[in-house]
Amino acid sequence: MNEQYTTAAPLLQINDLCKRYPNMGNYMSVFHMNLTIPRGRIIGLLGPNGCGKTTLIKMINGLLAPTSGAVYINGMFPGAESKRVISYLPERTYLENGMKVRQMIDYFADFYADFSKEKAYSMLESLGISPEARLKTLSKGTKEKVQLILVMSREAELYILDEPIAGVDPAARDYILRTIITNYNPNSTIILSTHLISDIENVLDDVIFMKNGSLMLYTSVDAIRSQQNKSVDAYFREVYAC
Amino acid sequence: MAWELNSDRPIYTQILEKLQVRIVCGIYRPGEWLPSVRDLAAEANVNPNTMQRAFTELERSGLVITQRNMGRVVTQDTQMIETVKHNMAVTQVDSFFVNMRQLGFSDSEIISLINNHTSQTDNTTVSN
Repeated sequence: MNEQYTTAAPLLQINDLCKRYPNMGNYMSVFHMNLTIPRGRIIGLLGPNGCGKTTLIKMINGLLAPTSGAVYINGMFPGAESKRVISYLPERTYLENGMKVRQMIDYFADFYADFSKEKAYSMLESLGISPEARLKTLSKGTKEKVQLILVMSREAELYILDEPIAGVDPAARDYILRTIITNYNPNSTIILSTHLISDIENVLDDVIFMKNGSLMLYTSVDAIRSQQNKSVDAYFREVYAC
Repeated sequence: MAWELNSDRPIYTQILEKLQVRIVCGIYRPGEWLPSVRDLAAEANVNPNTMQRAFTELERSGLVITQRNMGRVVTQDTQMIETVKHNMAVTQVDSFFVNMRQLGFSDSEIISLINNHTSQTDNTTVSN
């Protein structure tokens, strides 16, 4: 694929994407999803539990194979090249419990050419986490913070954060959101899935609403606010009322 | 400290109003440099694109002028700032009257309430 094509291609394109889980009664977790994500946006991926957010994210990261349809990152299928472009925070922590935070940072710096140790250490300091601590000695929330620091310390084109703030306290949540804002680079995009809409809505450009594996709405936060005269959080509660 | 923003109105219009207030009341003085979009976005805890949009609107109105590659300054046209200030005051008075009429007050009752209020606050300032 030549250079010209890759720069012209959208950062992320999803074409008629489906994912069926055969051992779940052929349940369609993602159903004919179409999406084009440009550069320079902060996007919330929202939807009720089980609507397919994590399945979609895993397909974008090449961890699940689509049943049909395709994902393109910079015009390429998910693979080694796309992992260089995407910084991914999974829903579960995968850090090696016996390692120290400092070793984890070295490990990431070895692995990713775009990793900034300086950024990582400055975030650790702000959140009061010792680089010498072993991961198994850290609380669940602190581990999540470490993992998020590792992911945000890369200079990636696309950050995909699956539930990045659910486990951390409100003060750290504010710090993390501020970190996202100050590190914001007009050429990169952040997609984050969460249920804590009111906490993050001021930080988002756009929101994606998913329902039963399909795209229901993809619009800007201010469009929802000016058309519905309510916050995204209030609109979400209305749309997904049980 | 994040800026206090309502949840039911577009974020960028609220930011725009707050920046206008800062200019009108002299926190950002005529001819003075404004903080960068990124710094203000971090201060307000909002998306930089949203802050940028508010700035674009301020530039369009002429209240803020972009110096190529250097940043933004507040206009030196003090008359324009006064006009914005006046318009903001009129908007406040309008919405005040709308709310008071909703409560069932007539215009003359509203005005006498205002007169009472100002004489009371005058007295308290004197006694302080």
